[in-house]
Amino acid sequence: MPRKRLRRGATPMAKPDILLDFSGINTYYGDLHALKNVSYTIERGEIIALLGGNACGKSTTMKTIMGVVKPATGTLTFDGESILGLSPAQRVMRGIAPVLEARRLFPRMTVYENLEMGAYTRKKGADYDQDLERVYSLFPRVKERRNQISGTLSGGEQQMVAIGRALMARPRLLCMDEPSMGLSPLFVEMVFDIIKEINKQGTTIFMVEQNASMALSIAHRGYVLQTGVVVLEGDARDLEANPLIREAYLGEMKVDADAE
Amino acid sequence: MTSGDLFLQQLINGLNLGAMYSLLALGFTLVYGIMELINFSHFNVFMVGAFIALGVLKLMGMDGQTVILSGLPLIGVILVTFVVTMFATGMIGVGIERVLLRPLRAVTGPAAMILTIGVSYILFNIILIGVGGDTRNFANPLPSITWAFGGANLRLRDVLIWFIAIVLMLGLTYFVQYTKLGKGMRATAQDPEAARMMGVEVDSVVGLSFFIGSALAGASGLIFGLYYNYAKVDMGFSAGLRAFTAAVLGGIGNVPGAMLGGVLIGLIESSSSQLIGQAWADVIIFSILVIVLVFRPAGLLGRQAPNKS
Repeated sequence: MPRKRLRRGATPMAKPDILLDFSGINTYYGDLHALKNVSYTIERGEIIALLGGNACGKSTTMKTIMGVVKPATGTLTFDGESILGLSPAQRVMRGIAPVLEARRLFPRMTVYENLEMGAYTRKKGADYDQDLERVYSLFPRVKERRNQISGTLSGGEQQMVAIGRALMARPRLLCMDEPSMGLSPLFVEMVFDIIKEINKQGTTIFMVEQNASMALSIAHRGYVLQTGVVVLEGDARDLEANPLIREAYLGEMKVDADAE
Repeated sequence: MTSGDLFLQQLINGLNLGAMYSLLALGFTLVYGIMELINFSHFNVFMVGAFIALGVLKLMGMDGQTVILSGLPLIGVILVTFVVTMFATGMIGVGIERVLLRPLRAVTGPAAMILTIGVSYILFNIILIGVGGDTRNFANPLPSITWAFGGANLRLRDVLIWFIAIVLMLGLTYFVQYTKLGKGMRATAQDPEAARMMGVEVDSVVGLSFFIGSALAGASGLIFGLYYNYAKVDMGFSAGLRAFTAAVLGGIGNVPGAMLGGVLIGLIESSSSQLIGQAWADVIIFSILVIVLVFRPAGLLGRQAPNKS
């Protein structure tokens, strides 16, 4: 399959500025081969959408990047250095932060404590205050609710806190697992607007998403994963037009009902 | 004494027992909260704590009830004994986790729990061989100061035990609620995988929960000695079982629950000894455990349903 590498604002001669290189990764759960020789490259400043159905290996991809699942073979470099040997904590310190599937807030901690947990690997100081202000200005609602127990928030509010929590790590790469899952259409719009805004402010975004049309509408490039294999990749506009995608993901918008 | 006075006296006794059970129950609950592991070695870490305290007091020249101190020397001796005992049992807990339990971390099922039963026997036999199986007179340097409290006697010992238990429990609450490590512990208890991805080092959180829980067991063992004036190799079993019941009663994994459960079990024990007879205390305590498990399996302060959305 011809690989399209047309990046906005880059001259064809420029060396691609690769932030995360996920290359030839094989991951197993016991006998289950979850990722089969999977490769992604994420360039600095991009929004990448990873599309696919249930149990296709999207969450395994996220966990491999965050370091909670160890691949059997393959290489994983961040900013030119291998991170395979690093713990999740060290990866957070390098600048990778997750927005987890189904939010995964700490339900009996307050909103503010959840934000603090996002900055767990950092020292409190001027930078921390600045990031807190940034989160509060992106999500005024989070500021209003900062002393509330997070388990009592609505799904949309929880997603705001989950994104805010990840931003508290001051990430260079934000890995988002199903940011629109279980949200009302209004919140879905809002979340994608926020993702675009965060990207404009300079954070690279890798987003696993079932809502293919929304994801592709803001992404620069995309990958399609099926049962552990990358079957399609390319420019988001091309993917939107691809008949296979139109049929599998855009024609019939399946809402993930069996979440969790 | 009138029955009202007797009730008051049993309230005082019950609060002493409650202080002891609460501190011991906290160890069960902390480790369970983090690892979902029932740590049966905790019973005998408590017992070893009482013997370590006995040894520390002996080293400072306290033997039996012969040496009575007051003023600053008394405060110093009590402080040193508590600190040394708690640090020693804390390190025993860390050692058990680091050497024996960590290799089993990835093993699912009851293997780790069964291992803690084995460790409990090892600790028991170390003391049995090293110290012997007879009852040891516990050194008690406290002067026998007694105040009339209503018609009951309130002793200096009672006040000291309450004071120490309250200080330790407030300290623990502050630690868990407001410090960074404490927040890391709570986050790990609520969602271990998410906590890891925020950068919490699970190994250090687990080690810390063992240290704190075991240190509190040491304090509890010392309180047992000061209250009953003896230490014996089999003392861990009944106290440990009651403290475990306290943790379940309050809602295992729940820190305020363990404190509440401990005080309730202490009060139940002392009042049922008073009203029905000593022999019935255990029957009542464990009947309450059964009733709680049937009607409120998550405990008094426990979550009744998983709070996930």
